Amino acid sequence: MRLTLLNVIVAVVLAIAFAALNAAYLVWAERRGAARIQRRPGPNINGPFGLLQPPLDGIKLMAKQLTIPGGADKIMFITAPVLAMFPAIMSFVTIPFSDTIVAKNMSVGVLMIFAFASMGSMSLLFAGWSSRNKYSMMSSVRAVSQAVAYEIPMLITTITVVMIAGSTDLMEIVHQQSRSILHWNIFPLLGNSHNLLMPFSFLIFFICTLAETNRAPFDLGEAESELVAGFHTEYGSMGFGLFFMGEYANIVIGSCMTTILFLGGWSCPFGLFPGVWWFILKLYLLIATFIWIRWTFPRTTIYGLLNLSWKILIPLSLFNLLFTAGLIKVF
Amino acid sequence: MNSPILLQPDETFILNVGPQHPATHGVLRVKMEMNGEYIVNAETVIGYIHRMHEKMGELKTYPQFLMNLSRMDYLGALGYSHGHVLLVEKASGIVVPERAEYIRAIMVELNRIASHLFWFGAFVMDLGGFSPLMYALQDREHILDMLEAVTGSRLTYCYFRFGGLYNDVDDDFITAARQFIPRMRKSMKKYHKLVTGNIIFRKRLEGIAPLSKEMCRKYGASSAVARGSGINFDVRKNEPYSVYPEFDFDVPVYHECDSLARYMVRMDEIEQSLRIVEQGLDKLPGGPIMPDKKPKLIKPPVGDYYQAVETARGSFGIRLVSDGGKNPYRLKLRSPTYSNMHLFDEACRGMMIMDALAFMGSLDLVIPEIDR
Amino acid sequence: MVAYFTEIFTGLMSLFIGMGITFKEFFKPTVTVSYPYETLTMSARYRGHIELVENEEGNSQCVVCGLCEKACPSDCITLAGEKPEGGKKKVLTKYMLDFTKCSLCGSCVESCSFGAITFSKEYNLASTKKEDFYFDLLKRLEERNT
Repeated sequence: MRLTLLNVIVAVVLAIAFAALNAAYLVWAERRGAARIQRRPGPNINGPFGLLQPPLDGIKLMAKQLTIPGGADKIMFITAPVLAMFPAIMSFVTIPFSDTIVAKNMSVGVLMIFAFASMGSMSLLFAGWSSRNKYSMMSSVRAVSQAVAYEIPMLITTITVVMIAGSTDLMEIVHQQSRSILHWNIFPLLGNSHNLLMPFSFLIFFICTLAETNRAPFDLGEAESELVAGFHTEYGSMGFGLFFMGEYANIVIGSCMTTILFLGGWSCPFGLFPGVWWFILKLYLLIATFIWIRWTFPRTTIYGLLNLSWKILIPLSLFNLLFTAGLIKVF
Repeated sequence: MNSPILLQPDETFILNVGPQHPATHGVLRVKMEMNGEYIVNAETVIGYIHRMHEKMGELKTYPQFLMNLSRMDYLGALGYSHGHVLLVEKASGIVVPERAEYIRAIMVELNRIASHLFWFGAFVMDLGGFSPLMYALQDREHILDMLEAVTGSRLTYCYFRFGGLYNDVDDDFITAARQFIPRMRKSMKKYHKLVTGNIIFRKRLEGIAPLSKEMCRKYGASSAVARGSGINFDVRKNEPYSVYPEFDFDVPVYHECDSLARYMVRMDEIEQSLRIVEQGLDKLPGGPIMPDKKPKLIKPPVGDYYQAVETARGSFGIRLVSDGGKNPYRLKLRSPTYSNMHLFDEACRGMMIMDALAFMGSLDLVIPEIDR
Repeated sequence: MVAYFTEIFTGLMSLFIGMGITFKEFFKPTVTVSYPYETLTMSARYRGHIELVENEEGNSQCVVCGLCEKACPSDCITLAGEKPEGGKKKVLTKYMLDFTKCSLCGSCVESCSFGAITFSKEYNLASTKKEDFYFDLLKRLEERNT
């Protein structure tokens, strides 16, 4: 019992470290990647390849004063950035990086991650509401309607995968895909499902991840050309820093989930040396796609976004769910 | 202490967009009465960078006022200078050598392309796409390099003189311009693939902010705003000036009236400007760039003169009332964006704020040019 | 129904085309100049602030006619001169340029029929003090000579 408790504490510390490190260096990667796409060098002054930029930015943010605007709801204003970071870190606890590297595997791992993910929109609501700024307010209203709209297709798609695996245990889901590359959930024919629509459900899940993490082209919450900076307009110093880290931590979580549910987790595409490095490789390829998408597309409108969810993604994912259920019954 | 923000269902709130706001690209302030995300009423407040250009025109002599014109619109400066020099030449009867006129036309068209490129980038950035801005700026840089090599400055040129030009173009410029044309055409293909075809982009512009012909006429809109609403009006064609009748080019007109139509007009105009530059380089005659006989002191005879030119932002009119003195009695500058912008108040009612700001981007506002 | 699926399909394709373009751009070389570390040479006609031209003896060619002072739209130029004893021509004793007001129009350079002023190539002129932009051009000329 005591060993388990120790395990959890170590795991949480490692999760925080992993999340913070990822958040810091994903900012760097994003800036470098964006710069390459736009044919600029990007941050390259501080340290080799600008690698010292994230810690220096962190120090700068921490050294700044946290100003609370007059008329703001103080408690909510301070709670919001913490709430942005906390669920993301907690979600890391249950994510299996390999057979052995997992802090606490739970039989309801999928559920737990979704429970924490839905808390993320709460922090946006808190931040927008408490800032007492009209732009922030509008942003938080948008963020919540967006979160509601995109959690539904995301969950329905996840249910499809869970039905195929017959388990909500993330370990189990990966184990079932680890026989060969063709057994990954994304591939339709030989896999566990024989479901032709699986690539589409991968696409739906990926789009929903983009929307859930408030990433471009769905970054309506912080649409800088309309809402200045959205919900974090009034935040400076580490409050802003935490929002930023929370955003990147959420991206990591979303990519982890995509890897686990559709890309076979830590299993190797060629059946050789399965292990954590495969997981990391797939994870960062997905994150690179996130960055790539952000610097290619313009932003959608709020009604375009809701239309996409309610008129396209939800019907398609529901159809996919029924189709998969039928297939499971037949085979 | 906090008092909760209480809003009745039909209650509206005032949103101050600007004077410092990322979407207004300058110091324009829009007071919006909002019902949630919907605009009930909008009022544009201008004058934050009013610099009294018209008054300066009255106080300065004609040559001294030359450089003010390029400060009006910092993106398409040469077009405005062109209007001024044409007007004063007309008023005081100075004959411009043909070579100078051709070079002026080439320069103005290059400047127009540069201006449209910047607008394209900034517009897509308003919609949330950042990379097209960088690509557009790369192409614009080639133009600015060319213009700098000839005129000596990159943005606020003072190149045209009454009767001709400050200095002649060299062979380097001609080769650079010839190389630039195919490169720009290639880039245009890239922009159409990357931006115009993009479904997100189209969804944001198609059918948004329809401006009827009547409304464009009512507010005196010109440039792509009018041409996107089906009004075939281009000063270069309708009231020809300079050497434009010599060139073979089309005026792109779209009848959809929406933001996408305005976007398409400007993108097509880049191609038409390229055609003019191409023809101008082919036809460029030799000879002097300044007339042999030029009055030492410019004193137009008593009278009322008007000259309109098609700048990158629309029909720019300049009216001069001369009392025969060495500085004008009155110099009226009709800035095209001023008319285009005032459409916004009426057109954006009932729109969502995202669409309204996308619409504002499609009007191509340059604030110093509105305030003058 | 067909239109619905065609739109989804064409929409997706347009997104992939866009991503293809940015992917290609990713591997192209950078085009920017990292300014403080590398600098570009200014073009021959670049217009910096004005500078006095020296003759063979290292003196200014200015004859103190004052045309540049009159041509300037913004009253940037103040100059003074005196006739040395026994000399015929006026000699420049003071040439001040108030660069805070200058808009680089070039009227002064054009108005000068003696070729006494020219544009410099200087562009690194940032400062926090207004006084740094009141240039004593005669002093600059002497400094250049020494």
